[in-house]
Amino acid sequence: MDLVKLQRQLVDYRDSLYHECFLDEQFTQLQELQDENNPDFVVEVVSLFFEDSERLLNELTKALEQQSIDFKRVDAHVHQLKGSSSSIGAQRVQKSCIAFRNYCEEQNVEGCLTCLQLVRQEYYLVKSKLEALFKLEQQILSAGGSIPI
Amino acid sequence: MGMAADSEFHVLAVDDSIIDRKLIERLLKTSSYQVTTVDSGSKALEFLGLHEDLHDRIDQNTPSVSPNNHQWRLQEVEVNLVITDYCMPGMTGYDLLKKIKESSSLKNIPVVIMSSENVPSRISRCLEEGAEEFFLKPVRLSDLNKLRPHMLKTKSKDHCKEQVDEKTAFPSPKQEGKEESNNNKRKATEEGVSPERTRPRPRPRPNGITTMV
Repeated sequence: MDLVKLQRQLVDYRDSLYHECFLDEQFTQLQELQDENNPDFVVEVVSLFFEDSERLLNELTKALEQQSIDFKRVDAHVHQLKGSSSSIGAQRVQKSCIAFRNYCEEQNVEGCLTCLQLVRQEYYLVKSKLEALFKLEQQILSAGGSIPI
Repeated sequence: MGMAADSEFHVLAVDDSIIDRKLIERLLKTSSYQVTTVDSGSKALEFLGLHEDLHDRIDQNTPSVSPNNHQWRLQEVEVNLVITDYCMPGMTGYDLLKKIKESSSLKNIPVVIMSSENVPSRISRCLEEGAEEFFLKPVRLSDLNKLRPHMLKTKSKDHCKEQVDEKTAFPSPKQEGKEESNNNKRKATEEGVSPERTRPRPRPRPNGITTMV
């Protein structure tokens, strides 16, 4: 297991996530809040994000299946998802929520359903990317190395 | 953490989002503050020792220990600043701000509002109601540097209690004047100091955080 190679791989991978806007500056802020006393901070926050987002996606699915859709409720959930994705720097998820909210305001069911699909897609994408990133980090740590900034 | 001055400042953070609570807690602790987080405005008021139903009661001396929270000795918890999200179900951050400013025992606690939405009318409404700052989310560490002056005002008020010069007049607290002791003396003169503030400050608790969700 070539440590230097792993570290390079991590840096390249992480850079690509920023480049493709999966992550933004806010994710960097999270990393800066992590230290020796709170070594798992980023993973912890991101895990909370995963749980919360999946809950919200379920709620959104249910809400949009109703005979009579409560758009205020749908909007409230999207607002929450937009907020939490912004808080962890998941930019593409955040942006997909903006269009969603517009359709809620217009009470456009089709628009909302399409957006839900998009948001879900973006969410699962960023989830898999972050999990891959954390896995790389773990590999480096297990090999006795440190994670490059 | 030791006995750094800032660890004596206790901030109550209010946010319905579990992610944002985790974030603000880390930000505040990184800035060396003691932190308590709650997930609603009503829990914030409970923590501050103010029950909504008491607000209307004439007898303000009714003991206000919440039946569910015996582990808190509410009368002894001192909060130096409340930082709250604006958009929350039930009681919004604005509602919470109002309730704090309308309370004779709590009105001197500085309140800061956070919001993910940049709505100028919202911002001015909050500032007019007495919020010290309005932060756009996501909140940064650099934003928190603005908190200390507001908290210093309440701390030196405790110190200055015995040395109040009642004849001195000072500019409005909403202006940019950061002469903490001046503002404190003015407030102590005008409003009197609530019982909670005259007690010696409690020692920082060993593990600093009480988190309620």
